Amino acid sequence: MKTADDTQPLWRRRRLPAFGRLATLLGASIVVTAFVVAIFAPYLTPYDPFAQDLNLRLVPPVWMESSHAAHLLGTDQIGRDYLSRLIYGTRISLLIGVLTVITSGLIGVTIGIVGGFYGGRVDALVMFLITCRLSIPLILVALTVVALVGSSLTVVILTLGLLLWERFAVVARTTTMQVRNLDYIAAAQAAGASRAHVLVREVLPNIASHLVVVATLEMALAILLEAALSFLGLGVPQPLPSWGLMIAEAKEYMFFSPWVIVTPGVALFILVLGINLLGDGLRDMLRTDLRHRGW
Amino acid sequence: MHLVFYLSTMLSFIFRRLWLSALVCLTVLVISFMLTHLSGDLAASIAGPNATAADIAIITKNYGLDRPLVVQFFDWAGHVAEGDLGRSYLFHVPVSGLIRERLPVTLALGLTGLIIAMLIALPLGIIAAMREGSAIDRGIMLIALLGQAVPGFWLGLLLIVLFGLNLQWLPISGIDTWKGYIMPGFVLAFSAIPALMRLTRSGMIEALCADYIRTARAKGLSTTTIVLKHALRNAAMPVVSITAVQLGFMLGGSVVTESVFAVPGVGYLAWESITKNDFPVVQAVVLFLAVIYIALALLADMMNALLDPRLRI
Repeated sequence: MKTADDTQPLWRRRRLPAFGRLATLLGASIVVTAFVVAIFAPYLTPYDPFAQDLNLRLVPPVWMESSHAAHLLGTDQIGRDYLSRLIYGTRISLLIGVLTVITSGLIGVTIGIVGGFYGGRVDALVMFLITCRLSIPLILVALTVVALVGSSLTVVILTLGLLLWERFAVVARTTTMQVRNLDYIAAAQAAGASRAHVLVREVLPNIASHLVVVATLEMALAILLEAALSFLGLGVPQPLPSWGLMIAEAKEYMFFSPWVIVTPGVALFILVLGINLLGDGLRDMLRTDLRHRGW
Repeated sequence: MHLVFYLSTMLSFIFRRLWLSALVCLTVLVISFMLTHLSGDLAASIAGPNATAADIAIITKNYGLDRPLVVQFFDWAGHVAEGDLGRSYLFHVPVSGLIRERLPVTLALGLTGLIIAMLIALPLGIIAAMREGSAIDRGIMLIALLGQAVPGFWLGLLLIVLFGLNLQWLPISGIDTWKGYIMPGFVLAFSAIPALMRLTRSGMIEALCADYIRTARAKGLSTTTIVLKHALRNAAMPVVSITAVQLGFMLGGSVVTESVFAVPGVGYLAWESITKNDFPVVQAVVLFLAVIYIALALLADMMNALLDPRLRI
């Protein structure tokens, strides 16, 4: 059953129910907006996110009493403009999300494809690696690594990248197993293609759409984990405007001015929700696509 | 004959699975040891930033850190095998005692979280499955999606402000009474609810499509009986196994929740030890939580194999 729609790229196909389409669209626009905000942060921020003004500490956001029109979302405990810090925080979250996913994706996809393609003892080893990774307490190990190696953006990215590969590996392995016996793989091998060529040029493109869905899930997870690590004081170092770190710094003041913890948390929530909505939409599109092909 | 066959496949499965778990335990043992030696100079990390070279030299000698890494590892591993997890640098007491002291709190918290998660996730998952594709189903799945996007530690802080400070229903921190377990338990449960709900839903949808459900309907059984007695029993298997695994994740995630609510459990102990460079404790807690997870995963697999013979092959 091939329809005209099959020739369209994934995102142009219109088989999702109206509700799902709307949700996916919402997710996509949140993610795109976040990237635009991150890239153009210097042009969007009203103030320098690191500039302190000790005369204007803990100014509440505009919708509350005794606020300043100049500081839309108020200021933090040392008088830094909250909106500017939130905008720059988008950069940190997206940087963490994207770079972690690239690192963990490279590791997980390699392990998964190799295990799924070769099977047997190689696959047993791959399964063993995945089991070991799953049994390690994620946050605890990440905290320990950052504590010992020192906190910096690079350390957090590498630590999370080295820890979050197992879902990539699991999905790459299962999907590779599904495609490895298909005709075009045999055809490529018969034509004399090298193993590397078969894995990278034949298998990988055919499982890529599944991996994109995993990438969105892992990106959301990485962003939440960075926030949690920074919140516990062992993630991104001060004075960087990481949203998790902003919540940690504001914690002392939350009993008197609860909004200080609300705004960075809402920013985190919206970004992660956007990524998840997008991922869910992609997965549903993929599912209808697969059902269509008779899988 | 059937019984013999059943027993032999089951035994061989159990044996293979135990062997794998033992190997994973060994690997985790190596990893948790290597973890604390990451910085290169453990003595300098223990001594802290203000220590002199002489201080570091004394620590190196006292803790035997001048020995080759392999020797240190086998020394530690040998003691671990005897149940001796080392001594805390900070409290100068055996680590195993510290963990044993804090464990009941973390277990109680984990179980509270698990119960809350199941009380919320199972009914919602079942209702969503029964009304698959309806507005109710979509609403419930939307809740799962929204829930997944909420950072746990942030939810904890919001709850503290709302129920602890403004309404004053629950204590802000600590676990002096049973009420202290409610908020951290809920936050811990929150992380497991979306996965549990999705799995219950998909399991129930699959079970409700099966032939025996049609038969039951044809017999004229009520919807309640069909859903609770027939479908749920068959959907329960993956749910039970993911519940065990989620409990493992929850215990691992207790680091964050216990720190937010100042709950004196194993996770809080780990966080304190990390910030105070008490590495024998960190090492031991990593190993301990990993072993609990491995045991829970083993248990889940065993239960699955008992219930579903196809998995034993």
